[in-house]
Amino acid sequence: MVAVLKTVFVRLGERGFESHPLRFKEQGGKLKIHEYQAKALFAQYGIPVPRSKVASTPAGAGDIAVEIGDKVVIKAQVYAGGRGKAGGIKIVNNPKEAERAASQLIGARLVTHQTGAEGVPVSKVLVEEASNVARELYLSILVDGTSHLPVMMASEVGGMDIEEVAQSTPEKIFRSYIDPAIGFQPFQGRKLAYGMNFDGAQIGEATRLMTNLYKLFVDKDCSLAEINPLVVTADGRLLALDAKLNFDDNALYRHKDIQELQDKEQEEPLEIQARDWGIYNYVKMDGNIGCMVNGAGLAMAVNDLIQHCGGRAANFLDIGTLNNTERVVNSFRMFVADPRTKAVLVNIFGGMARVDVIARGIVEAYQQMDTLFPVVIRLAGTNLEEGQRILADSGISFIRANDFYDGARKVVEAAKGAMK
Amino acid sequence: MSILVDDSTRLLVQGITGSEGSFHTQRCIEYGTKVVAGVTPGKGGSKHLGVPVFNTIEKAMAETGANASLMFVPPAFAADGILEAIDAGMPLIVCITEGIPVLDMVKVHRYLKGKSTRLIGPNCPGVMSPGKCKAGILVGEIHVPGNVGVVSRSGTLTYEVVSQLTSLGIGQSTCVGIGGDALPGSTFVDILKLFQADEDTKAVVLIGEIGGTMEQEAAEFISHNMTKPVVAFVAGSTAPPGKRMGHAGAIITGSAGKASEKIKALSRAGVAIAPTPTEIGFTTNKVLERV
Repeated sequence: MVAVLKTVFVRLGERGFESHPLRFKEQGGKLKIHEYQAKALFAQYGIPVPRSKVASTPAGAGDIAVEIGDKVVIKAQVYAGGRGKAGGIKIVNNPKEAERAASQLIGARLVTHQTGAEGVPVSKVLVEEASNVARELYLSILVDGTSHLPVMMASEVGGMDIEEVAQSTPEKIFRSYIDPAIGFQPFQGRKLAYGMNFDGAQIGEATRLMTNLYKLFVDKDCSLAEINPLVVTADGRLLALDAKLNFDDNALYRHKDIQELQDKEQEEPLEIQARDWGIYNYVKMDGNIGCMVNGAGLAMAVNDLIQHCGGRAANFLDIGTLNNTERVVNSFRMFVADPRTKAVLVNIFGGMARVDVIARGIVEAYQQMDTLFPVVIRLAGTNLEEGQRILADSGISFIRANDFYDGARKVVEAAKGAMK
Repeated sequence: MSILVDDSTRLLVQGITGSEGSFHTQRCIEYGTKVVAGVTPGKGGSKHLGVPVFNTIEKAMAETGANASLMFVPPAFAADGILEAIDAGMPLIVCITEGIPVLDMVKVHRYLKGKSTRLIGPNCPGVMSPGKCKAGILVGEIHVPGNVGVVSRSGTLTYEVVSQLTSLGIGQSTCVGIGGDALPGSTFVDILKLFQADEDTKAVVLIGEIGGTMEQEAAEFISHNMTKPVVAFVAGSTAPPGKRMGHAGAIITGSAGKASEKIKALSRAGVAIAPTPTEIGFTTNKVLERV
């Protein structure tokens, strides 16, 4: 609350957007890529990275170690953060050790504080030259939700969670808000570079690196570009030791190259399945009640209400506003594909989405698959009467709910009944 | 009175000839909204749904006196459409389009600075003042004129709320969907200011959700600047952190984004919190009884 007060206070002040720790929010992201892919993009944009190659077998890792030099770092390639503490990064002294370290990682599942107990599969490791690090720094770009501008953030404190830095030593974080009309300017680079305690030739070098990072951020519609740590080597060079790039889902249509980088193994299988079936707004939850709702806010509220009534949703699913029956049918395919499903709640309040189209989709779904779980349906809104007529005429069996609360209550009961 | 749109609104529809544009323009006309122009580049000079279509917004405004724009332009072209409307001096733009790239919206916000245009959305259900004007896809039939203002980040949840209000005999002055995007054209605070100044609005229902700090900013504004009672519901109490819940802006990244934090801030500002989404109407009723 104190932090919030500070935000509002400062926002009203002349300086505009001087931020607080809670404002490290990535706007619009979702698609992630691996470190080795991000580093390849860095190299393409002239951002210095250590020499490295990716391997998918232990022998391959050994060969790369021979090529790069004796001492290398073996880094598990996973989307989740917190690799270091979880044993996903190993420093080795010779190719034999490189091979052994790679064999421990490849094919295993890495559990970090971000993954949950089941962990994520490691199928590739990055074999990278070990750098002689003198200083660890921080650099990132994201879009700030309050100023509506890209902001570059830099700190001389690197290698740790930036939110922690912002809380403990906020004075060590420097920001430059970038006007999209003129782009990143050299003076902004200097401000940040001096803030990071660079001097001499490093000021120009850091400014060039920042300019290139901003170019990459804009060119590829990133939602987050983060170098943590950015290091200064013992011989005074700047290197991006880690690389994290996330992308704006909404802009992927204009970046086929980025779409292709996606590693489906790293994501929740049900979420991948949903996307393959054209359901983009699907999130796996930990319950057993399948939910199909139109609208994100309503879908969240439905999940909240199910919990309030003593049940738990198996998913968040917003079918959106596209008016075709296919997405409805595919939502039912998701419920059938999810072995946890004990009951399903359909809650539609038609606005842009039309109730008749939804109803037709439900009937098609019943025709195409065996729904072995009770289905509670609540419909309201645009073309309601036509929708109700379609359901009634089809003769399908379902539990009718009069309103949103009635629907949640009935589906929780139905799920409990089905569990017996 | 009401806010943003009323019976003096002369609506222009960008993307009027598309399928969604057609369907919902027809609904707006049936509701009684004065739809005076449509814009679809390449189809200027024709008529669609009885409405004259123009190639450019500038020409459409000059010839029809349009003073608000409703947008159904596909996401890849939507930002350009907004920019065109801003450039033409359109006082109000209501953008329904979902899925506009964030960096496109960065340019739009930059261009909006210093201009008098007000942008609602994108990724929103629109604005309506019951009995006067519907500029959007909101379900007309469930609204009745009255004195409660509604402002929401969600479309369909707004319909739930409005139908609760209406069934309790509580009419609405204006309903505003500010949209679910991360960079909305107007925020809760922007709309609360308008409701506070509106004579016909006696109370406001605010429907928030996880992600961002807009609800906390609203709480600050309410505690210092609002004399009218506010009722709120925040969706997403059961949403897991780090997952984007449909809306581009609905993702918990840090503690401020959580529903519980937002509820805490709002209730500290004196806002009446509806414990479940189905009790928003009831909570509003109780608040109105006290007024």
